[in-house]
Amino acid sequence: MAAPKKGRSASAQSRPGRSLAFILIAIAALTGGMFLSGHPTPRLGIDLAGGTSITLTAKNEPGQPNAINKTNMNTAVDIMNRRVNGLGVSEAEVQTQGSDNIIVNIPKGTNSKEARDQVGTTAKLYFRPVLATEVSGSAASASPSPSASSSSSSKATDKATEKATSSSSASPTSSATSQGRAVTDALKADSTPSASSSASSSASPSASSSASPSASSSASASAAATKLQAQYTALDCTDKAQRAKAGEGAKATDPTVACGKNSSGQWQKYVLGPAEVKGTDIKSAAAVFDTQSAAGWKVTMEFTSGGSKKFANITGKLAQNQSPQNQFAIVLDGDVVSDPFVNQALTGGNAEISGSFDQTEAQSLANMLKYGSLPLDFKESSVTTVTAALGGEQLHAGLIAGAIGLGLVVIYLVVYYRGLSIIAIPSLLVSGALTYVIMALLGPTIGFALNLPAVCGAIVAIGITADSFIVFFERIRDEIREGRSLRPAVERAWPRARRTILVSDFVSFLAAAVLFIVTVGKVQGFAFTLGLTTVLDVVVVFFFTKPLMTLLARRKFYASGNKWSGLDPKALGAKPPLRRTRRPSAPVDPKEA
Amino acid sequence: MSKLGTLGARLHRGEIGYDFVGKRKIWYGISILITITAILGLTVRGLNMGIEFQGGAVFTTGKTSVSVAQAETYAQDSSGHDAVVQKLGNGGLRIQVAGIDTDKSDKIKDDLAKDLNVNPESINADLVGPSWGDQIANKAWEGLAIFMVLVVIYLAIAFEWRMAVAALVALIHDITITVGIYALVGFEVTPGTVIGLLTILGYSLYDTVVVFDSLKEQTKDITKQTRYTYSEIADRSINGTLVRSINTTVVALLPVAGLLFIGGGVLGAGMLNDISLSLFVGLAAGAYSSIFIATPLVADLKEREPQMKALRKRVLAKRAQAAAKGEPLESEVSDVMLDDEPEDDGPMVVGPRNQPASRNRGRGRPSGKRR
Repeated sequence: MAAPKKGRSASAQSRPGRSLAFILIAIAALTGGMFLSGHPTPRLGIDLAGGTSITLTAKNEPGQPNAINKTNMNTAVDIMNRRVNGLGVSEAEVQTQGSDNIIVNIPKGTNSKEARDQVGTTAKLYFRPVLATEVSGSAASASPSPSASSSSSSKATDKATEKATSSSSASPTSSATSQGRAVTDALKADSTPSASSSASSSASPSASSSASPSASSSASASAAATKLQAQYTALDCTDKAQRAKAGEGAKATDPTVACGKNSSGQWQKYVLGPAEVKGTDIKSAAAVFDTQSAAGWKVTMEFTSGGSKKFANITGKLAQNQSPQNQFAIVLDGDVVSDPFVNQALTGGNAEISGSFDQTEAQSLANMLKYGSLPLDFKESSVTTVTAALGGEQLHAGLIAGAIGLGLVVIYLVVYYRGLSIIAIPSLLVSGALTYVIMALLGPTIGFALNLPAVCGAIVAIGITADSFIVFFERIRDEIREGRSLRPAVERAWPRARRTILVSDFVSFLAAAVLFIVTVGKVQGFAFTLGLTTVLDVVVVFFFTKPLMTLLARRKFYASGNKWSGLDPKALGAKPPLRRTRRPSAPVDPKEA
Repeated sequence: MSKLGTLGARLHRGEIGYDFVGKRKIWYGISILITITAILGLTVRGLNMGIEFQGGAVFTTGKTSVSVAQAETYAQDSSGHDAVVQKLGNGGLRIQVAGIDTDKSDKIKDDLAKDLNVNPESINADLVGPSWGDQIANKAWEGLAIFMVLVVIYLAIAFEWRMAVAALVALIHDITITVGIYALVGFEVTPGTVIGLLTILGYSLYDTVVVFDSLKEQTKDITKQTRYTYSEIADRSINGTLVRSINTTVVALLPVAGLLFIGGGVLGAGMLNDISLSLFVGLAAGAYSSIFIATPLVADLKEREPQMKALRKRVLAKRAQAAAKGEPLESEVSDVMLDDEPEDDGPMVVGPRNQPASRNRGRGRPSGKRR
């Protein structure tokens, strides 16, 4: 720490004007940049601007102790980020925090609830074969229309099929059973109109029980099958609590029961086989508008090489089965989001799901497919919703408190340092201006958002900034007390004050940096502000306070030690400069202890 | 200013001054007493951990006419858990409900809005799982530990290990006192408190470092003189930086007080208040410890060095000799210490007191006697 930046200080000493000009130009440039960037105010954090902030903590899963690592966390953030913003929530931000947290900030808006549901609940995506299914609950309005399904699943090819698809999907509501969505090869668009799915709705529980052992060949242990059937019979998907519990604790490798909504808005329950394809096997998915046949929106999927094989395998098996066992279910966190039919083995690595989608549905499904499988399980560990009004009030109170605190500091400085406060107060102002401008600039660049703890940090930093010139002033005064005139006093005081300032600011900065790196949540914003203001404190003292002091030391008002300058040698109790007289001094008792 | 100004001057000259190092045992005793009280308070009463550490929700409402007691009933009815309700400065309410998890929040929020007859949009909800606060705290402790190790290394390099040890003791002392006060008074511990506590680290050390810096400078060539023992010089450097310490503490406390009393007064309980409260307590403790604990402790450790022991012997011997001769050495001694800056020193020379005292004495004064 000893005497760094010697060269700079030497130049500051000889050319104070240059340093002052430098910092003023820097402020002007930064301010200009701030206005040019179009963000003249710091971006406000959720707690000040209003909105919802969700903190998700990754859960350790048994058997995978190393699952929570940087790569997986980043993948999860990526997935969540695109998913939240894919839902049309503007400017939602997703960040990791610490080693195992993800923070999702959703600015105030109508979509926050939906986004919260999406982010908070979505975790795992599987493709499972359907063993049995029926409409759950009392209202079985879905009349089966097997004829429609049989006719449409007959193998028509190419354009003809597409037309068939379009016609079948054009009037899905009439059949009220449009649940099924055809999975087709990207090129050979074989389609199975949805109607068939409701055919499955007539399948009785008994059918399902017989179906389950056959499909999941290994799970033929009768006890498990009976249990599954009991679960299935008891399951009432119209009940929210039951729905939440339906697939609870089910392993990917076991058959399970699940609920899903069909497109007519009814709850449907399923018995599903073990997961065959995982969400991670999907390379990409997109919602596409079928321009050729005007069939409406469909979802295309592309699988990874491993995924293609598995998908070819499962579709090959399923295509040979009878309805409903030629369906597979896309299960997201235990909920069936889609249950397309399969007509043939799909080996190309590409597939598409068509049906009666509107744009939102298609995009939502595509998003789920694409980003549906998070590498980790997450738990909501905190949710904060703040209305803009209250957040603004907090900011307001914080700013008022800061202004009053600043005012008190100014009064104290004026009373105590008199003329020197002409240096002290602008130093505080310059420091404040730099902090503000940099915060505003960091908003668009690194996504810095001013939150309440950060406001606190900035207010606390007033003390740190003030301390630097207090150290400097006291050093100058000490020099004057030694009998120096002002100019040499300033130059002598500076190197010593500088060292003290650097050493102590380094400690402050170290604290801020460690906190910023290690901690999570609200502490981090605070640490960032503290670190930023500490750095700025050094900049301001070197490029503003010291040069200004040097300049003012040349003024007669200060140099002559005017009574109001704060540097009056008499008031400071300085010895007369040349004559060395004995002053009374207190005895310093020798210590025996 | 004049009064304070001359106070500074007299402190600077050593005319007045408090014998911090000499009376250190008293202050050690006081600190040990406070620390024991703090630890007792911590073990007996424990900390009043906020909702963030137990899991639960804090709802903050806009202006409402519903009374606190009434709101408490409503909140307990809709959540099935104990609720604590406070009135806020703006006419709103702050409702804490312990033990609910994040899933139930929306329902309770809607219920509350209905009961309190306010728009659900105007209710802020802060829901935390039981582990979240712990996680914040754990990370904070982790950060604290890393910071302490780094800062000790840094201080040991920039200064010396004794100062690093003393600074660390002072830091632990500050944290203990602050935590102890929280336990004794029963203030609520929230993540805001943790933030405040962490800031104290930086601040407490900052203060300590400034005093150490002056101490290091003044003791640079200590073995080349025989006038002062290390403890005495330590005492001088504390007294010399006392004005700065007071000013800095005042200036740091003013904005914090503004936050605490004005910001908190307007809004009632909240993060602003939590941070500023722990800052206020911690800053005061930090200023105290850097003066009364850290520096005397350094002096204590230093005096154990053989070199310093030898110095002390020499100084005492010299004084005894002078006393025997009946010379008023004492006053001259302090005079020389202060006058020792040669006028021909360049402005950039650091540390005017680096000059061996004997050289100065000789200058223009053949006998070393003045009168």
